[in-house]
Amino acid sequence: MTEQNQLPLDQGENQFFRLRLFVIGASPNSVRAIANLKIICERYLKPNYELEIIDVYQQPLIAREEQIIALPLLIKKSPGVERKLIGDMSNTDKVLKGLGIFTES
Amino acid sequence: MRVVKQIGFIMTKLHKKQQLITFEQLPKTPTGITGLDEITGGGLPNGRPTLICGEAGCGKTLMSLEFIVRGATEFNEPGVFMAFEEKADELASNVASLGFDLIKLQDDKKLRLDHVHIDRSEIEETGEYDLEGLFIRLGFAIDSIGAKRVVLDTLENLFSGLSNQIILRAELRRLFTFLKEKGVTAIITGEKGDGSSLTRQGLEEYVSDCVILLDHRVINQISTRRLRVVKYRGTQHGTNEYPFLIDEDGISVLPVTSLRLEKEVSSERISSGIPSLDSMFGGKGFFQGSSILVSGTAGTGKTSIAASFANEVCGNKKRCLYFAFEEAPKQILRNMKSINLDLQKHIDNGLLEFHASRPTLYGIEMHLVAIYKIIKRFKPAAVILDPITNLITVGSVSEVKSMLIRLIDFLQDEQITVMFTALSLNTVVSEQTDEGVSSLVDTWLLVRDIESNGERNRGLYIMKSRGMSHSNQVREFTITDKGLSLVDVYLGPDGVLTGSAREAQKLREKTGVALREFAITRKDKEILRRRMMLESKIASLQAEFESTEEELNKIYLEEELKQDIIERNRQEITDIRRGNADTLKSKSKRKK
Repeated sequence: MTEQNQLPLDQGENQFFRLRLFVIGASPNSVRAIANLKIICERYLKPNYELEIIDVYQQPLIAREEQIIALPLLIKKSPGVERKLIGDMSNTDKVLKGLGIFTES
Repeated sequence: MRVVKQIGFIMTKLHKKQQLITFEQLPKTPTGITGLDEITGGGLPNGRPTLICGEAGCGKTLMSLEFIVRGATEFNEPGVFMAFEEKADELASNVASLGFDLIKLQDDKKLRLDHVHIDRSEIEETGEYDLEGLFIRLGFAIDSIGAKRVVLDTLENLFSGLSNQIILRAELRRLFTFLKEKGVTAIITGEKGDGSSLTRQGLEEYVSDCVILLDHRVINQISTRRLRVVKYRGTQHGTNEYPFLIDEDGISVLPVTSLRLEKEVSSERISSGIPSLDSMFGGKGFFQGSSILVSGTAGTGKTSIAASFANEVCGNKKRCLYFAFEEAPKQILRNMKSINLDLQKHIDNGLLEFHASRPTLYGIEMHLVAIYKIIKRFKPAAVILDPITNLITVGSVSEVKSMLIRLIDFLQDEQITVMFTALSLNTVVSEQTDEGVSSLVDTWLLVRDIESNGERNRGLYIMKSRGMSHSNQVREFTITDKGLSLVDVYLGPDGVLTGSAREAQKLREKTGVALREFAITRKDKEILRRRMMLESKIASLQAEFESTEEELNKIYLEEELKQDIIERNRQEITDIRRGNADTLKSKSKRKK
């Protein structure tokens, strides 16, 4: 969107972020990751994003399919190539870099 | 092996009883890998992680995979193999050559392969994390098939994929606790680190129960893999370096089989195939299950003795294995035909098997394993190694000796008679053969060249033969187109004679006898003639005597007659003078 000037400079308008966040129950890391990611998404991606939060405890099979080792794990399915981000998303710069979003600052 | 399986059985039972009974001994999980269970005294520690470390290409992955596969196929213990390096299908095709069908095992829910893919370039670390994902995967895999065995190959790859060492180390510690809680017997593999550390990432500090070090060395261009149990908490284990082998049947570790000398012995005897040699051993031959060394210089007929023994064993409807390190089987068959030994018929009957290989084909340990395996399969009554001398080209003297000790131990355990041939390089009778096995063997035959009169002849001695009376004499050993035989050497006035000298002496003796006989007959005839001559002389003398006697008689009678006549005449004259005719008449009457 045009008013979102924090969007990547070189990318078009129809960038739609499909994100999947894998967490484990209510572990401290998971809770932090969800909170941090939500803030980032609201700030940089809104409303062009779709965030799916999956509890790996509930779906253990998915751990193998998605090659999950470290948790919490954020997988960016689109746009561009698939990227994996692990950790509690506390390092915003790294999260943005991982998502391919370049801030002006 | 049976004992090991029983242990396995007991342990699976134990699992069901939730290990209510406490054992004094550490419960163990048999690996099913040949020899490893013997070294570890039953297997790996049950329900605990074991570290297998070593350099690249020394067989860590294969050993751990075999642990899983054997568990699934032989001990009915499903297993999880988590591969951090190879993909599942790569693994499956890599071990297909060993006869491991991973795909089928997976379908039968006996095995679960899980490939863990980590690529640093794909992952961005954005803060605190843990390895709960790995735990969930592992836990799910274990629970889904009820796994008792787990392999993590190579866990250290986590360190290359993830950068936060502090988290990783904490998580590793948690992982091992997790594995113990799950009650699975786990193998973790790790690359050997620089210097004295066993693994690059110091995994040994987490796995404290059992550490096995694999090693792959190339000495004199021949590679040997070795295994050592560095540590095994709470149990006795073999501490030596044991050579092991990877071949089409997987891994075989070769412990020095029996450190104790508690072998069964047999007092049954088997013939050597050469009747005159048997007679040197009191007429009965070798002990069953004993070891026989035939040593000698080149061309003294060692192979012929061995082949003749093989022929004898097969002739008694027993199996014989012939390991040839010098000649091809066909060559031996052809050569033995020339001394009237038909080995081909035994091969056709399946009683005789040849295994020919150059010693340099593989390392000394590989030879031993190859021999082990063939013996295990063929179950022969006798084994021949011809010659052991060539093995020296692939190992040092001590290695060859250690190998032969193990081989002899193994064969004696199995009650298999073994015959070695060895080439001795010096013609002087040495107290030791090159391989130093003469002290190990029960019977030592020495075939030696005896040189004299510009020819070589073979002399056979029995250097030793434990537990039986044996001849101490040198016999001449002859190889003819009828077979092998021993001839008593000729002890003449000129010393020991062999070969043509012996024949010449025999001929000389024969001539002497003939001459003597001739002389005797001639003398007999002489006597006869003399006798006849004398007898005829006697006859003629007698005749002469008779004629003389007759002559004498005749003279005497004539004399008497003459006297009578003279008397008569005188009487007549007297009568006539007297004219008394009557008196004359009466006188003549009286005379009558």
